[in-house]
Amino acid sequence: MELSGAQIIVQFLKDEGVECIFGYPGGAVLHIYDELYKQDDVKHILVRHEQGAAHAADGYARATGKPGVCLVTSGPGATNAVTGIATAHMDSIPLVVLTGQVPTPWIGSDAFQEVDTVGITRPCVKHNFLVKDVRELADTLKKAFYIASTGRPGPVVVDIPKDVTDPRVKVPYTHPKKVHVRSYNPVLKGHSKQVRRAVEVLLGAKRPMIYTGGGVILGEGSRELTDLTRLLGYPITNTLMGLGGYPGTDRQFLGMLGKHGTYEANMAMHECDVLLAVGARFDDRVTGKIDTFCPHAQIIHIDVDPASISKNVKVDIPIVGSVAHVLRDMIDVVKESDLKPDSAAVAQWWAQIDKWRGLECLKYDRGSELIKPQFVIETLYKVTRGDAYVTSDVGQHQMWAAQFYKFDLPRRWINSGGLGTMGFGLPAAMGVKLAFPNEPVVCVTGEASVQMCIQELSTCFQYKLPIKVVNLNNRYMGMVRQWQEFFYGSRYSHSYMDALPDFVKLAEAYGHSGMRIERPADVEGALREAMASDKLVFLDFITDPTENVYPMIEAGKGQDEMRLSPHLSAERELA
Amino acid sequence: MRHIISILLENEAGALSRVAGLFSARGYNIESLTVAPTEDSSLSRMTLVTRGSDDIIEQITKQLNKLVDVVKLMDLSEGPYMERELMLLKARAVTSAREELKRLADIFRGRIIDVTDGTYTIELTGTSDKLDAFIEAVGSKDIVEVVRTGVSGIARGERSLRA
Repeated sequence: MELSGAQIIVQFLKDEGVECIFGYPGGAVLHIYDELYKQDDVKHILVRHEQGAAHAADGYARATGKPGVCLVTSGPGATNAVTGIATAHMDSIPLVVLTGQVPTPWIGSDAFQEVDTVGITRPCVKHNFLVKDVRELADTLKKAFYIASTGRPGPVVVDIPKDVTDPRVKVPYTHPKKVHVRSYNPVLKGHSKQVRRAVEVLLGAKRPMIYTGGGVILGEGSRELTDLTRLLGYPITNTLMGLGGYPGTDRQFLGMLGKHGTYEANMAMHECDVLLAVGARFDDRVTGKIDTFCPHAQIIHIDVDPASISKNVKVDIPIVGSVAHVLRDMIDVVKESDLKPDSAAVAQWWAQIDKWRGLECLKYDRGSELIKPQFVIETLYKVTRGDAYVTSDVGQHQMWAAQFYKFDLPRRWINSGGLGTMGFGLPAAMGVKLAFPNEPVVCVTGEASVQMCIQELSTCFQYKLPIKVVNLNNRYMGMVRQWQEFFYGSRYSHSYMDALPDFVKLAEAYGHSGMRIERPADVEGALREAMASDKLVFLDFITDPTENVYPMIEAGKGQDEMRLSPHLSAERELA
Repeated sequence: MRHIISILLENEAGALSRVAGLFSARGYNIESLTVAPTEDSSLSRMTLVTRGSDDIIEQITKQLNKLVDVVKLMDLSEGPYMERELMLLKARAVTSAREELKRLADIFRGRIIDVTDGTYTIELTGTSDKLDAFIEAVGSKDIVEVVRTGVSGIARGERSLRA
């Protein structure tokens, strides 16, 4: 089959099983868009800004596990996508980003809409390519999908000059079934001796703790993690990226850990004597002050990326491998072992944990006449029966969603954990809804974040994507306001937006429905009505502007030095 | 501690910038870096000299290995190895200093490769220390210019770095 470069791209996407791509046309990609026009197999979603394309592809990838694909033009098309690419990179999300480039003879001449895309994206991709010859196009695309989706996943950019897609230049094409990259061989299976050593240490633990991250979700290891954790009877916590890796409603689950994690999870981390870390990267938002992180623990760390091991925290037993493989091996070794968990010691440990739990660190003022943001999330959980796909933006609302929506399944909680990208939630929700049109998809956001990619409401209307937007509107950049209250003497420098749009009218202007909810008594009814609607509903919840996220590990503090809710402290004094 | 890392990488456009970019992005320092194709024209060999604690060097080698263009690498300083660097040094050479400079070049086993009425250009190969010592012996007053290639290194004996 003789095809042009543009035809190769579209044919390759079909052959690779890509159902939909997110993009925005422009001069350098017009040949490709002309080929997209002539077919129906690959659905193209026209976003309103290239950042939205990257986030939507990212949301699609997080929800499905398949690589997300986007297509943007050269110059500003590519630079607009960079925030989305960096977001995917920090959270290890498989993304293939096709960028147009000026024709090869013009590269380096400062041509119209030319940027050095390979240079600009290099620090925020897993790998990138510049295709200079149409005969290398198919193999390069295959390599891009292979690298993006294997090992520790990540975004791959393929920069394609316009002459490479020239309709007049045709070359033979067959779909490359396999591809070999000699310098890239991700490890799957863990070292069996290390696995045995790890199990021995685990079974000898008196105060064990399991701490797992996004790697469990990306590596499809949540079944194995659940089996192993139940088999051992040990407590477990998830990072922000790891929520849903273990059922959030299970008794052994201590909630999220870290900066805004639960008191019991952070205290158990601090006091444990053996820590099993799975697909987590000891991020600063998790460890708190690094010198006092898990001071008593022997640490076992499973990760597919050798560079993650002993990067921030020195570990005792490293195991490099895919989490699902390694956990399966560990389960086998535990079952064969003569050793059994020390049930007396572990029972004592659970008694201690239950004491910490008794503090009920997430309690908030339920008697308030203002809508408490936590109450909105709790009600959302109740109304959706914990079954929705929830995307979020970044800030207080993200933390409340993580604390109060209990995820029992992986890939249901979709947020920008590493880069912390405001504007992620709405386009990500579009990607999820396209992947799962019959599932409820909710974007939990705030009035500041949502405005960063608000233009995608127009995309949602074009493609009839009935997402539910839960806007926790406190009129402030809430997390910034919280830090200014705590650490800057309540000097609220530029964290208050004086002129907010009428979100109800805005939603209506984009062709959707909007609701403004101002009383706690109306929260549940509004959510029920929105979930039952077949339209996109923008729910503007006017919440208590002074509410803070608790508990909190302040900068420079250890896991055992959490700042608790003043509401909680007052209640304790009364008791 | 000083480490000499040998890297085999794909001989492709952009491979060098990936390595250099990694060092600047993660705040590691590069003391010197040399790169050229090997007998297999699809591969380049790079010798990179860096300094850092054991933890940092471990991270550097892991992060380098993670780059898709890096085929293989070895920390030469983990075993016996040899290192060489080439230097071209142009110095002012007039009257009595002319004889003195020639003698100095002989002592260091350097070669004079260009002569003018007022200058000598000397070619010298050796470890970085030896080149430093020669520069000091000539003295900055008389040096017109110095150009050094940076270190190339190879392991002794059977130890080798092959794709």
